[in-house]
Amino acid sequence: MTSSLSLILIFISSLFFSGIVVRTKSIFSGRKGPGVFQPIKDILRLFKKGAVYSETSSFIFQIAPSIYFASIIMAILFIPFGNMPGLISFKGDFVFFAYALALGKFFMIIGAMDTGSSFEGMGAAREALYSMLVEPAFFILMGSLALFTGHTSFADIFASLHFGSHISYAIGVLATFVFIIIAMVENSRMPVDDPKTHLELTMIHEVMILDNSGFDLGLIMHAVNLKFAMYGAIIANFFLTPGYEWYFSIPIFIGAQVLFAIIVGTIESFEARFRMSHNSQFIFMLTSISLLIFLGVLLMLGKIV
Amino acid sequence: MNEYINIKNNQAIPLSSIPVLDYEKFMLINVDFLKDSAFHCVNYFGRVEDDNLRLCCCMANDKNATISVSSCVLSKFRELMLPSFSAQHFSFHIFEREIHENFGLKYSDHPWLKPVRYPFNGANKNSVIENYPFYRIDSEQLHEVGVGPIHAGIIEPGHFRFICNGEQILHLEIQLGYQHRGVENLFLQKKNLLQRNILAESIAGDTVVGHNTAFSNLWEGLCGFSAGNDLKLARTVALEMERTGIHTGDLSAICTDVAYQLGSSVFGRLRTPIINAMQVWCGNRLSKGLIRAFRNQYPLTRELADYLLNVLATYEPDFTEMYNRMKNLPSVLARLEKTGVVTSEQASSIGAVGMSARMCGIPRDIRASHPHDLYASFHHEPVLKHHGDVYSRTQVRKSEIMQSMAYIRNLLTNLPEVETREFSQTPETNAFIISLVEGWRGEICHCAMTDSSGELSLYKIKDPSMHNWLALALAVRNNEISDFPICNKSFNLSYCGHDL
Repeated sequence: MTSSLSLILIFISSLFFSGIVVRTKSIFSGRKGPGVFQPIKDILRLFKKGAVYSETSSFIFQIAPSIYFASIIMAILFIPFGNMPGLISFKGDFVFFAYALALGKFFMIIGAMDTGSSFEGMGAAREALYSMLVEPAFFILMGSLALFTGHTSFADIFASLHFGSHISYAIGVLATFVFIIIAMVENSRMPVDDPKTHLELTMIHEVMILDNSGFDLGLIMHAVNLKFAMYGAIIANFFLTPGYEWYFSIPIFIGAQVLFAIIVGTIESFEARFRMSHNSQFIFMLTSISLLIFLGVLLMLGKIV
Repeated sequence: MNEYINIKNNQAIPLSSIPVLDYEKFMLINVDFLKDSAFHCVNYFGRVEDDNLRLCCCMANDKNATISVSSCVLSKFRELMLPSFSAQHFSFHIFEREIHENFGLKYSDHPWLKPVRYPFNGANKNSVIENYPFYRIDSEQLHEVGVGPIHAGIIEPGHFRFICNGEQILHLEIQLGYQHRGVENLFLQKKNLLQRNILAESIAGDTVVGHNTAFSNLWEGLCGFSAGNDLKLARTVALEMERTGIHTGDLSAICTDVAYQLGSSVFGRLRTPIINAMQVWCGNRLSKGLIRAFRNQYPLTRELADYLLNVLATYEPDFTEMYNRMKNLPSVLARLEKTGVVTSEQASSIGAVGMSARMCGIPRDIRASHPHDLYASFHHEPVLKHHGDVYSRTQVRKSEIMQSMAYIRNLLTNLPEVETREFSQTPETNAFIISLVEGWRGEICHCAMTDSSGELSLYKIKDPSMHNWLALALAVRNNEISDFPICNKSFNLSYCGHDL
């Protein structure tokens, strides 16, 4: 029962996450904005619809959204909640986590190529490039944490992660930052991608799903919410010091998710997005920050100096 | 014998006074004009008269406010094969393409002889929108991206064909003509003045005042009517209000395209009071019905003028604050600067007009060079920027808004008496007239000829977009394809104004 707590909480946060982002943006632009549950209502509306498939696309295009959605559910199962492990947990599970997500993305990419549209091919190429650039940052970061704690599963890493020295605080802050940016890149948010744009030529994620409709589109859109909540959960885990009672940790978890959503909304309100060619540079920055974390871990363990 | 006749903006002249030259001479003098940078081609068109083709070329001289008109009559023109003006100077390309399309006049050395707008009575019936001859590059490495004609937003149709090397655009070809409505022919068919005024308003929905002023000035010129100061004031103020409103909307759209939400919503909000002021003035936010030939439909009263001034007074501080915030934001500047550069040489070779010329240092502005309405009463200094990038176009917009507001304030301090002048509805017979107006987008040119009974026998319209679409195609070369929307928005050209 306790091990499914994180799944339940992530699911609950996914219901209001993008609503809070939209609401934050509305308030900053001087509008009232829709209610926080409007995005989820839109998705429910899509679930009631049938999908339209182009005659030129094959079964790949039809199965891609379901596989994408399933891959994210799969990944969420690994996320622990404080010292309670997720539903699935084994040594080295963060590698499986990363490639379960990659599998879903792979299907989205070939699904987009399957349509034969020149836009979607372009979007697929961009998505593949940015996901590839994010990967080293994620693995160096998780590797450093594994080295630091001496464990290789999400649950054990977060259960034994504790902050003692100044360097460990720095590592915590940097790791949170890297995860926020990874979440922004992976979910195609600003400043890398603009989810609100109507211009196919500048889109990354949105352009890949131009041909998806109805139920499939609903799946993809909810997958994005789940993914956001999932990264929010990982970030929240940095703050869930083990040993707290549930009535402390659940509010901390929800609070971290809400704060994360507000940060995303704020960045999107006051920044312009990057030029496409600057994106790779920006994502590479994550790798260098992860390397800093790695260095900090080495320092703390006394492996160097 | 004179080779050409110099006329003023809105001056009607007898058709017979336009010198008729042979084609070699006609080409020589018109191409020679362009050696002086003060000249540019405002219109070059053809008309079939008794199975002969009369070509007429109007070159504007920005220094002494004259337009040099010359003509040439070709018999058996369908069999001719002529050297083209465009081979000498590329700014003629669109006019010659139009002549070729309408009359089947063949050119031996035109570099880009492609269809313009597929008129139903065009010379070549096989030239249809489906078989436009796109430029192709055969390469395994390059890919083509076709955008449109259905637009992702809610604007007008046009097809854009990119040839890209990965994310980089090598070539862009823009195919228009989807909006062709035969406006020029409708001007000849609709005999009623009100119908013509309404038609002029519908040439381009975002330049209602510009095109309608051009038509009204032209018609009044043909009828020998000289407008009173109140009428001129209304037109001048309306033009500047239209410029302010549209430029603000464009700034909002530029912010939207770089995903700068604050700018997008604040500029969008600021556009509303301006166009709402037009609604208060004339009952339509797009100023439809405001300008009518001979009549001042909605005279500016003191009360109305104070209202407009008040709107501007509340608009200005918000606008300045938002613009300053935007221009100090690195993430916005990173997208605007050095994006979509058009060099001064490119702009003059394609004959760019209006904002698209002024953003790269070419001082081309009808308000200064061929003043109409009240522009003659004060000295207008065109806003010039020099880099030719998206940021220059943004800066031109901002400075022009500030300038427009200063003009409106000046003009509205002393309101002239409303006068009703006598007018005759009978235009001069066998006359030619040209009317130039600086709309917010640039130079609008309307030309008309009348026949022996005083009916219109030719009506030619040239929207600034005719020249400037090519500037967009040049601007995006070697840029990233994802920067195309922001380049497109920074020009904000008209589809229907081009297609007519």
